[in-house]
Amino acid sequence: MKDIRLMKGNEAIAEGVIRAGCDGYFGYPITPQSEVLEYLMMNKPEERTGMIVLQAESEIASIHMVYGGAGCGKRVMTSSSSPGISLMQEGISFLAGTELPCLLLNVVRGGPGLGTIQPSQSDYFQAVKGGGHGDYKMIVLAPASVQEMYDFAKLGFELAFKHRIQVMVLSDGAIGQMMEKVELDEQVPRLTDEEIAIKYPWATLGKPTTRERNIITSLDLDPVKQEKINIHLQEKFRHIEQTEVRFESFMCEDAEYLFVAYGSSARVCQKAIQLGRAKGIKVGLLRPITLFPYPTQEIARLSKQVKGILSVEMSAGQMVEDVRLAANGAVPVEHYGRLGGIIPAPDEVLNVLEEKFIAKNNHGRSAN
Amino acid sequence: MTEEIIIAGFGGQGVLSMGKILAYSGMMQNKEVSWMPSYGPEMRGGTANVTVIISDDRISSPILNQFDTAIILNQQSMDKFEKTVKKGGVLIYDPNGITHHPTRTDINIYTVAAVDEAAKKGSAKVFNMLILGAFLKLKPVVDPEYIHKGLEKSLPARHHHTIPDNENAIAKGKEIVMPKYLLN
Repeated sequence: MKDIRLMKGNEAIAEGVIRAGCDGYFGYPITPQSEVLEYLMMNKPEERTGMIVLQAESEIASIHMVYGGAGCGKRVMTSSSSPGISLMQEGISFLAGTELPCLLLNVVRGGPGLGTIQPSQSDYFQAVKGGGHGDYKMIVLAPASVQEMYDFAKLGFELAFKHRIQVMVLSDGAIGQMMEKVELDEQVPRLTDEEIAIKYPWATLGKPTTRERNIITSLDLDPVKQEKINIHLQEKFRHIEQTEVRFESFMCEDAEYLFVAYGSSARVCQKAIQLGRAKGIKVGLLRPITLFPYPTQEIARLSKQVKGILSVEMSAGQMVEDVRLAANGAVPVEHYGRLGGIIPAPDEVLNVLEEKFIAKNNHGRSAN
Repeated sequence: MTEEIIIAGFGGQGVLSMGKILAYSGMMQNKEVSWMPSYGPEMRGGTANVTVIISDDRISSPILNQFDTAIILNQQSMDKFEKTVKKGGVLIYDPNGITHHPTRTDINIYTVAAVDEAAKKGSAKVFNMLILGAFLKLKPVVDPEYIHKGLEKSLPARHHHTIPDNENAIAKGKEIVMPKYLLN
């Protein structure tokens, strides 16, 4: 029998990481994601799988505990919300420089600064373009449902270890706080130290007797060597761009207009599509699931089919830059966003689409 | 079938848990459900609201600004949500503490004197179940047997002895809901 539960997004990813065989969670509470830590504490995963759950003294401590755990080849993670993720950027850059796999969760709230506790998507640049210093990328997964919050725990660890990369789940306050149905799957066992030693030759094991000890550092003062390291990283990112793009198309087959939106905004756009289709407007949605790597080719393809693209995000216009790069001038690309924790309403989004493209087109037609 | 509901009132009235019971019940009947609470500054200011959607189809937006039904339990929520009921939709409210009654003439309006009834029963705890009963009488979106299962699922085991009281209150709520303004 299927194990189906009603859960908050934050609870779902917490259950997800336990079942994905996570070895350790290190975090510090902040709204709107504190339920992750609370759920883990209440469910005592140390009794279920031996997984460690630790409330650190700060976000900076949390990310460096992740750095240490990841260096040992363990499946480790942290979670926070926007201001806390900003604090972690130095540690994330170190993880990138040493190619250590880990899972990071940002349940985004409105900024800048302490901002608000309401949902936002204004951390896109930070997550996708590199919030820390140096030339690096993380794989960024954008869940649009509570089920995906659960699923991306396992997927996140798989991708992290497959590519030795940091995987960030970029969620928002709405997805974190809402409850939906979740179908749970089987427990993945945690790896033993022996299995880690065989699977991950890069991991540190203390003082092994069978080989030289590994030293994990992001420091190499020789620029020739450092350039080689960087070229290797870039090759890896290009490979990920070729192999790991994920997206969902919703009513795109006959679409004359296209929404591009991720996370909560994508859900709002789905409702806007229902409202629009009822009025005879052929509009579809391209929902990026990976924000890096970005579904550039699919948007380029659709930009030759549609008359206009509206990028909808709860920001002042961050992802729209990648939509414009993908469309590359083939079709007008506009942005619509609400700021500071406001979620746009479905009819509001549809009105903008009509104002920006359809009213204009009708005018153009009459001129022809 | 898709029913989009806003439940709004004071924190402590059981707004969120009533929404939760409804969502659990829908889930037990194998429907798609979503439950989106207010968790922001309004929560810290004493008011609480939750959007519940129950549907036979995949739910698109869990966040809405128009509802099939608004269940309104204080004046602040009346001021905010009366206007969000879809044309032809339903507004249910407890007149207790309401100074400005709803004035719309393009929706169906019902009252349920749940505060008074709960006081008569001597149990403020069943207040939200009286309201839930009123809603289910007007919008039977979930079958009674699944409400029972929803109660079992959403209440911790130590509170399962209260399920009969809750179900009695739901039945009573169905009786005491009164039309205030009806469309032809």
